[in-house]
Order: sequence, then structure tokens, then C-alpha cells
Amino acid sequence: MEHIRTTKVEQVKLLDRFSISNKSVTGTLYLTATHLLFIDSSQRETWILHHHIAVVEKLPLTTFGCPLVIQCKNFRIVHFVIPRERDCHDIYNSLLQLSRTAKYEELYAFSYNPKQKETERVKGWELIDLSEEYKRMGVPNANWQLSDANRDYKICETYPRELYVPVTASKPIIVGSSKFRSKGRFPVLSYYHKNKEAAICRCSQPLSGFSARCLEDEHMLQAISKANPSNRYMYVMDTRPKLNAIANRAAGKGYENEDNYSNIRFQFVGIENIHVMRSSLQKLLEVCGTKDLSVNDFLSGLESSGWLRHIKAVLDAAVFLVKAIAVESASVLVHCSDGWDRTSQVCSLGALLLDSYYRTIKGFMVLIEKDWISFGHKFSDRCCQLDGDPKEISPVFTQFLESVWNLTEQFPQAFEYNEAFLLQIHEHVHSCQFGNFLGNCQKEREELKVKEKTYSLWPFLLNEQKKYRNPLYNPDFSPELTLLEPNTASFNFKFWRNMYHQFDRSMHPRQSVLNLIMNMHEQNKQLEEDIKELEAKIKQRNGQLDAVPVKECLQSVPPALKTPPCFKKQQPLISVNDAVRTIEGSNTADNRYSEFVEEFSKAEPAVVSLEYGVARMTC
Amino acid sequence: MKVGDAEDNSNGQELSLSRGVQRSGGHYCALFAPRDPCLHPEVPTCTRRSVPATQPEQPRGSCRQQVPVAGKLHRGSAATGTTMEFSELIKTATVESVLLSCAGLPAVKGTLCITSHHLLLSSCPGGDAQPGTVELWLLIRNVDAVEKRLAGSSGTITLRCKDLKVLQLEIPGMEECLNIASSIEALSSVDSVMMMYPFFYRPQSLRLEEGWHLFPLERHFQQIASQTSQWRLSHVNQDFTTCPTYPPSVIVPAAVDDDTLRKAARFRHGGRFPILSYYHPKNGTVMLRSSQPLTGPNRKRCREDEMLLGTVLDKGERGFIIDTRSAQAAKQARMTGGGTEPKSSYPQWRRLHRPLERGRPLQESFMKLVEACNDTSATMDRWLSRLESCRWLSHVKAALSTACLAAQCMDREEATVLVHGAEGTDTTLLVTALAQVILDPSCRTLRGFLGLLEREWIEAGHPFHLRCARSASSHARPKQEAPLFLLFLDCVWQLSRQFPFSLEFSERLLLTLFDNAYASAYGTFLCNNEKERCLCKVKENTHSLWAWLNQPEERTKYLNPLYSHNPLVIWPSVEPQSIQLWQGLFFRWIRSSQHLDEAWAEIQRLVESKDPHAKEGVGKRLSRSLSDPAAQTENER
Repeated sequence: MEHIRTTKVEQVKLLDRFSISNKSVTGTLYLTATHLLFIDSSQRETWILHHHIAVVEKLPLTTFGCPLVIQCKNFRIVHFVIPRERDCHDIYNSLLQLSRTAKYEELYAFSYNPKQKETERVKGWELIDLSEEYKRMGVPNANWQLSDANRDYKICETYPRELYVPVTASKPIIVGSSKFRSKGRFPVLSYYHKNKEAAICRCSQPLSGFSARCLEDEHMLQAISKANPSNRYMYVMDTRPKLNAIANRAAGKGYENEDNYSNIRFQFVGIENIHVMRSSLQKLLEVCGTKDLSVNDFLSGLESSGWLRHIKAVLDAAVFLVKAIAVESASVLVHCSDGWDRTSQVCSLGALLLDSYYRTIKGFMVLIEKDWISFGHKFSDRCCQLDGDPKEISPVFTQFLESVWNLTEQFPQAFEYNEAFLLQIHEHVHSCQFGNFLGNCQKEREELKVKEKTYSLWPFLLNEQKKYRNPLYNPDFSPELTLLEPNTASFNFKFWRNMYHQFDRSMHPRQSVLNLIMNMHEQNKQLEEDIKELEAKIKQRNGQLDAVPVKECLQSVPPALKTPPCFKKQQPLISVNDAVRTIEGSNTADNRYSEFVEEFSKAEPAVVSLEYGVARMTC
Repeated sequence: MKVGDAEDNSNGQELSLSRGVQRSGGHYCALFAPRDPCLHPEVPTCTRRSVPATQPEQPRGSCRQQVPVAGKLHRGSAATGTTMEFSELIKTATVESVLLSCAGLPAVKGTLCITSHHLLLSSCPGGDAQPGTVELWLLIRNVDAVEKRLAGSSGTITLRCKDLKVLQLEIPGMEECLNIASSIEALSSVDSVMMMYPFFYRPQSLRLEEGWHLFPLERHFQQIASQTSQWRLSHVNQDFTTCPTYPPSVIVPAAVDDDTLRKAARFRHGGRFPILSYYHPKNGTVMLRSSQPLTGPNRKRCREDEMLLGTVLDKGERGFIIDTRSAQAAKQARMTGGGTEPKSSYPQWRRLHRPLERGRPLQESFMKLVEACNDTSATMDRWLSRLESCRWLSHVKAALSTACLAAQCMDREEATVLVHGAEGTDTTLLVTALAQVILDPSCRTLRGFLGLLEREWIEAGHPFHLRCARSASSHARPKQEAPLFLLFLDCVWQLSRQFPFSLEFSERLLLTLFDNAYASAYGTFLCNNEKERCLCKVKENTHSLWAWLNQPEERTKYLNPLYSHNPLVIWPSVEPQSIQLWQGLFFRWIRSSQHLDEAWAEIQRLVESKDPHAKEGVGKRLSRSLSDPAAQTENER
């Protein structure tokens, strides 16, 4: 690649991010077309995908060399010290170029080649079929139908082609309503609850300003409430704080006037906008990255970042939505400003709480494909896939994953997938390695020919689903359409250490229950197979034995029975990555019990280092 | 509801803890038990009690104030005397139609009854959709605070229990309400050790003497003696005169005679001269503990004390004194006669100050935390700011880091460690006990852990009676209360989170220990030290909690199904991101733990249904991956 000037730098130090005395390992840094690779003296490899790099920073020159700090979108932070400033400068410039892609076609997905047959690649894209999903929900039916209004993206560019609307919503109503909604995102079906006959619908804010009305839009909402035979009233949830919604009125946008719409109950739920969320995460990361952090600084930082407050707001909104459907059988229309951030969060979490299908591995993929990808969550802008407006970046999808993680913590048996699954999805939303999340909407993806030129993530995840399976999952825990009722009292929301410190191993539990159980599952399977094999052999033997005199049989016990093969056979070993998580004992130096500890490790005359240590300790 | 009440409840109902209790009946399973009076010998038959023939010598400390009550008890004939005493305190013994409610559970109406040690509620037969009769058996000692609110002709009593449970009783009749409240108040604040329930509790399945001598120091010493001859068992404190808060026998350097010990004791606060706390078999280093030296403003010295600490170190060897006070606090202690070991007199020792909170600030931290936890409607900001301002997790981090430092000095630096604060009965024991759990795999078995508690907390003279007199909700002015033992249990819980396979016991044991330290049917945590236990004849007249826990069917309830022996030192992460709030304790009665309990049961089922060979395989493979350095590499791609 033309951007790479230096491909290899030796004697590079990788600093321990949290070490107070700047502990480090030395190794060699390599720059490839797609990755940055660091191999330390004990052959440990650290791979960083260029697309994962969020910020590269060159710090002022020190006596040891030139420090280079790389912050990644998956919350990995690496701190290199490169001996020569020239090398550092080259690497820095190359990374700046490589991590800021200008065109979609340069993204990794378009060059990624897992050596798969073309037919398999195509089949991979067919794994998730949203019309199948709507069928599963029970639409089309007497009240809901497939609309062809957006077949050519004429009404709304950011919506998918196939949209489900109430049967009574005629094309003129759809067109009229879409003109009254921001970005043309008129109310459409997101989820249909078979048993309650109630629907979750989604749209963007109305262009009501201070007094504007739109009869078609009013008809549209009426059509939605009429499509629900069990409750004529419907909720309209504006997921924004009331103040923000009012402010939007000045710009000719705003929210529904209850007087103009019949049978609606209007409700604000107060989730903050993408800018607040972005700076909240920024604050959170600053706190987490602090060296020698005290518990109080951590907690006050956690509080002032507001991050957990936002997660709670998102989940509270979803709980509100779910109650309307489950308790009152009322349909709910959800919107925010443009209807692609907060609306996606609330609709998808609502569906997840209502429908146990979304708590399976396949179901969760479908949910993301439906409420996030097809309905035009702007993955490209929010995750900064291309070098663009930094104000468009926001961790909206990360918040969704974190909300799900909080639910998995409260309901350990309700989800087929585990934390690793959520982390892996998060990884690939930012990696641009697969085509699914490229671009901002379906239309853009079609133009990029994503399905022709790239691979879909889902078959790869499904292929290694063993890793992502929650061993405690109990399908009977929540039969079809069983509601999850999470407790959203503040204390239930925990800091997601394994997300924000995924790569800071010294902070992780030293032994993982999940891994142990998963390994046991594997072994059980192995043993069962062995048993089958043995039984088959015994049968075979017995067949032979029938022909052999009994006496002889007693003398010669079949060798297979003497030593069962299951104990001789090589058992599947824990993969290296799993083993890392099960380090027991670990190292004292990793744990930073005190600065003094670092002094200990030096091979200086004891007394000298001790005096120094005491001085440091007591000052 | 106390563990003890469930002692021979053959119905299999679980009374002790909410964890592991199924939703059917919810927390009520934990609160109520089917009525079966014969299983609950409420008023003990006094023939079984051996009444001391003579009035014991006045115990020190808190026991001194209680002697009048205890004295009365001994004057009368035992049987009538006891009942008389208690009945004076009970103004109203029974009230009908009392409504009992507890957070998140349906209310139950029934007859309330107060006995000398228990509060009972039996529901009206056939009423309130509750099939059959259920009862609340609450040990009155468990009541921490009684709050009453009168409205019209009825009143509501809120009982805040020491195990952090909150119960509400709606009582018809103002007078009854006031009487009940004052009866509970009076009975729960009876401070005399010998009037407490353990002296009356006689479970049928246990013998009195059982469990009291499970962990003799002699056996512990023999293990050490098999590896080194540098230590000896001294009976210098046989009659508790050298140190009133030490047990009769202690382990000391072999080279030091009893006379030197007596003299050194005079130079240490409360006579707590340096003794062996832990011998690290891996490299033969030791951890000692003591109280502060009585250096005083005149910088007094004591040759015997210097000699005692000197013999522990070989020539050129170094030792560390971990002082659990700040350097300034240690210096200030000189004004009141205490102080630290000056470098000039103890040249081979280096002092490290790791201030750990104790006393009033720690108690207040506990109270603030519990208050914050009970406010479930708090906004996120309010909750986090209260969690921060109570500082509990800071104390957890500080205790763990200090214990790790002590462990590190021994294991990595191969240096001898002496731990002390001021009195050497609080933070000192927290550090030495915790360091042993981290270092020594044998302290991580159920038996080893109980032995550790016996040695490093109970016999070591942690003043349980003073520290655990009141829990987090008491309105009484805190005197000597401080939740050091709870802090220790919390730290062990943190270890169990980070090393889920390395402790043989489960969270349930830790909860049971917490409950029993504050209110118990057993004598194990009574009194402040061995001397008082001797005077009160605790070991003769009460049952040991260990005996109860050691019954095979009880024992299994406290085991961790995932346990596999881990011979390594378990170094925990002490980053704030790794330290969690112990929800199982602080939210035990607040949130429903049904889903977590079910998941835990599932884990148990998965592990126990396992082919034992395969389980062994897992253990083997785990240890293999540990010994293989390649497996530890951080190979991320």
C-alpha cells in the first residue's frame, strides 16, 4: 500500500497501560495492509485492525523514545514507545492514512477473503430473510399487509424496500404521512405481537412545528390503532427528553399534538441525543483509563459520565413499551428525531423483552438485521467507518448491546448467547470486515453491492456458535412470547468491565465459570460419542460372539473393554484464548498492589530499594 | 430468621437464607416455617443446662456491665429464675390479627406471640390464601431497630434486623402496639451474654461438647513443627494473665522463653506480644501479629520485645512491619502511650503504613451503604453518589490490597512480616486472615476456612460481642460497633468472584457466618475473647456453630460445586473495576434472586451430573494450561 513507509520497527516498547512505573515489554512492530502487529520477545502477538483505530496520538519525545498511543473502537488502548522519532513519525502517518478511509471500496470487507466458495458466500447472505421473520410474527394478516410503496426507495431512502403497514393505510395516506415526517420516515410495523394483536411501530418526528397538522398522518395513526382489535388506544412514545422535542418545534419539527390525533396517549421517555451519549462515553473512557484509580474516583467518574444513567433510560423506555403491549394490549408508536437511533434501541429491546425468539443466537441476528440494519441505523456515520463528521459518531449500538448484557446478567438462563457473542458483534460492527454493517442504509448497501462483493458476518458467527452459547440457557425458561420483566432499579446496572476492559486481562476474574461449563459440555458430548462408539463395538462383538463358544469369550475380554478409548483419546484442549481467561494465580506485578511492589522487583541491594519504597509509601 | 431455628426441621424447608429458595413461597420460605412446636423447644428444659455453681469472676470489658443481670439469673433457681426475668420484659405476649409484610412479598395476617427469645407469627388457619399455617420465627436478638408509627387505633412496627431484613407488623390496638414494641426493644437489648439464646438452645441432633475442639492449636502447631523447629507452643498465657485477649496457648519463636514473653507483653498494648500467625510452607517465611508497642512520648524501649522480633530474623535478613494505621496516626499514638517500632531499635525491620479504616468510620460506612441499598427508587446518579460517599468499596479495596501486600512480602520477597495496628484485634486480624486465604490453599477448604476463623478471629480475640452488638440500622449511639468481620467476609466474597473454583465453600457460608456473628443460636461468636468465653462457660453451655455446619446434610449446602484444588497463590485484581458490590448480602432481602438462584442450581446440576472422571479431566487440564507458559500468552487476533 502506498501509505506504508516503514513496515517493521524493532526494539519497540509496549507499555502496560495501568502500570505506575511504566512497566513494558519490548518487541517488534509490523505494519501490514490491514493490521498493525506487535510481537514481543516471548512471541506474544497483538493484532490491531486498522479500521479499529479511533485515535492515533504522538506524544512528546522522551528519553526512551517517541511514544505513540493508539485508541481503538473496541476499547483497546496500546501505548508504544518507538526508539527513533523518524520511525514513529512514519508509523504515525501511515496509521493516520490507513485508519481514515475515504471510500467504502477501500474498507476491509471488500478485500477480506476467507477462501470460501462463491455459492457458500451467497448462501451466507440468504441466512437471514426478513420476510420470513415477519411471517414468524404473523404478518401479513387481516390487519397488516406488505406495502410496495417504498419498493424503489421513492418514499423513504433510509427505509428498506419491504414495509408492513395497516391494511387500512392506503398509498395516499402513506405518501401524505411520509411528507409530514422527518426524512420521510412514516410509521411502519417493527414488531407484531401475535397473542395481544398489538404492534410496535416506528417512525421519525412529525413536522408539526407550532401548529401544522397533516390529515394523512392522523389517518395513518388511526389506521394503526384500528389494526389492533384488542385496544383502540395506542401509545405514542417520543423517546427524547421533552425539552429537546419542544426545541425541535422551532425548526418546524416537533411532536404529535394529542388534540389532533384521536385515541392516542402521548409520552416522553427522555433518552438523550447522540451528542450527549458520545461525550458520556468519552468521559467514561477517561475515567477507566486513569492510572492508579481509586474506588471513589471510579464511582464518582462513573456517576458524572452519566453512562449508566443513559443505559437505564434506554431500558426503562423499553420496559414502558413492553408494559403497554403486555398489560394493556395497546399498540405503540415509537419515534425520536429521525427514528434511527433511540427508536432502534427502544423497538429492538422491547421486542427482545417480549419475544423469546430474539434471545436465541439466530433470533438476535434477525433482530439486529431488522431493527438496526434494515431500518437504517447509520452504522457508517455512528461507527465512523469512513473519515467523516466526528459529530455523527455515537455509541448508540454499543448502548443497545450493553442493555442486552445487563439483561443477561439478570436472567442468566433466558439467553441462548453469552457475553462473548455480544462482544464479537461489537467487534465486527467496527471492523468493517463483513458487509452487514457497511453504509448507513439498505439503499446504500445495494449501491455498494455488498451482497455481491463481501461476506455476511452471521454465517461465520453461526459456524462458531459453540463459543457463543450460554451453557446455562434453558429454552423452557421462556417459552414462546414469554415476557422478561427486568428490575430497573439503579443498583442492577453494572459497569461492563469485559467490554471496556476487554483487553486489560489483569482486571478480569482469574477463573471463568462460563468457560468451565462450556468445556464440560464439550467433554460430555465427546464422552457421549465415545459411549456410542463403544456400544457400536459391543454390538459388533456380540454379533461375533454369538458365533463363538462362550468359554472362549470369557477368556478373552475384548481389548476395547479393558481400556475405554475415551480415556486414551486426546481430549479437546481449551483453546489458547480460553486459557488466558483461566489464569490462576497470575502475577503480583500485574495487580499493582502498591507502587512499592514495583520496587520489589528490582535486583538492587535490599536496603536501598526499601528506603526508597518506604519513602514512596509514606509520602 | 436464624439458621439455628432450622436445626432439625425435618420438613426440608429452608429457613436460613433466601438464596437457593424457590419462588414458590418466595422469601416466605425463608421467613416462615410450618408450625411444629415439638421441633422448636422454645423454653428449654433447664435440667439440661448446667448452671455454674459459683458466680464467675467478673469478665472484662462489656461483660462487666452485664453481671448484675447474669447475677440475678444465678441467684434464683435456674428454671423459674430465667422465665421470671424474661417475663418481666414482656408486656404483651400475644396479639391477634397482626399483619406482617416484607418487601416484595404478599402480606400475611396472624397471631403474634413474643417469647423470651423469639418473635412468632402464626397465620390464621385457612385465611389469606396461604395454605395451612405458616410461622415467622425471628430471633429477637436479630432485631437491630424497632420503629413504631401510630395511626388511629392501630400501629405499625418496623423491625430492622441485623441480617438487614426489614419486617413490618401492623398491630390493631395502640396499647398492644406500644407494648409489643417496647417488649421487643427490651428483649433485643438484653446485653448479658449468659441470657442469650445460645445458652437455652438445645437442638436434638447435636451434643453440647461437639465442635468446640475441632481445631486445636496443638494440631496446627504440629503441622508447623513438622517443617521447622524454630517455633514452639507456649502456655505462658495459660491463666490469661500475660495477655487477657490471647488464647491460653500461642506459637512463639523457640529461642524465646516464657519470661521474655511476659516482659515483652508488658511493652505491647493489651499485652498482645508478637506471636506467629502464619507459617508459609512454600518458603518457610512467617507472618506475625501483635498490637502496637508502648513506645510512648518518651520513646521507651523494651529489650525483650526487640529480642523477640530480632530472633525471628537471621543475620542480614529483613522483615516488614505492616502498620494498619497511617504514619501520622501511628506517630500520634505515642501521645497516648502507644507508637511504633523505631528504626534505631529494630534495625532489621522496615515499616510500611497502610491505613485501614475501623471503628466508628467503618460502622458509619456500613450504615450508609445499607441505607443507600434500601432506597431502591434512587436515580442512577443518586445511587452512584451514595455508593461512593459511603466508601464501603474503598475499604474493601484497601483491605484486599494490604492483605496482598503482606502476602507478596512473604511469597515473593521471602521476607518475614509483622502486622499490627493499635490494639491488634481488628484490622490486624483482617489482614492476617485475608493474607492466609490468598496464600494458603488449605485455608480455602471449608474445614480450613472454619479453622482459620477459629484461629485468626475467635481465639485471636476479635471482640465480636462489642463489634457486632448492633448492625447497620440501629438508632442507638454506636459505641464499639464496627463491621470488620463483615468486611473480611466481603473480601473473601471478592476472591470467590475472581477465583470461582478455588474456594471450597459457597457464598451461602459467608452469609451464614455474617448472620451468626450478629445474632445466633450458637455460642461460637459469643464474647470478646477466650478468657470471657471461659468465664461464661460458653463451651460447656452452648452449642458450636461448627458442629451444626459439620453435619453431613448441612455441610453439602455450603459447598461450592465448582471447587477444584488450586495449589497456587490467588492474587486478586484490586482495581476498582474489578471490585463489586456484594449484592447477595446487601440486596438479599431487597431484590428477588430467583433467576440467579436457578442459574446457580443449574450450574450445580451440570457439575454434579458430570462423569467424575471427566471432572477430574477438567481439573487436570486447567492445571496443565497453567503450568504451560505458552497457554498463558495473550494471543489475541
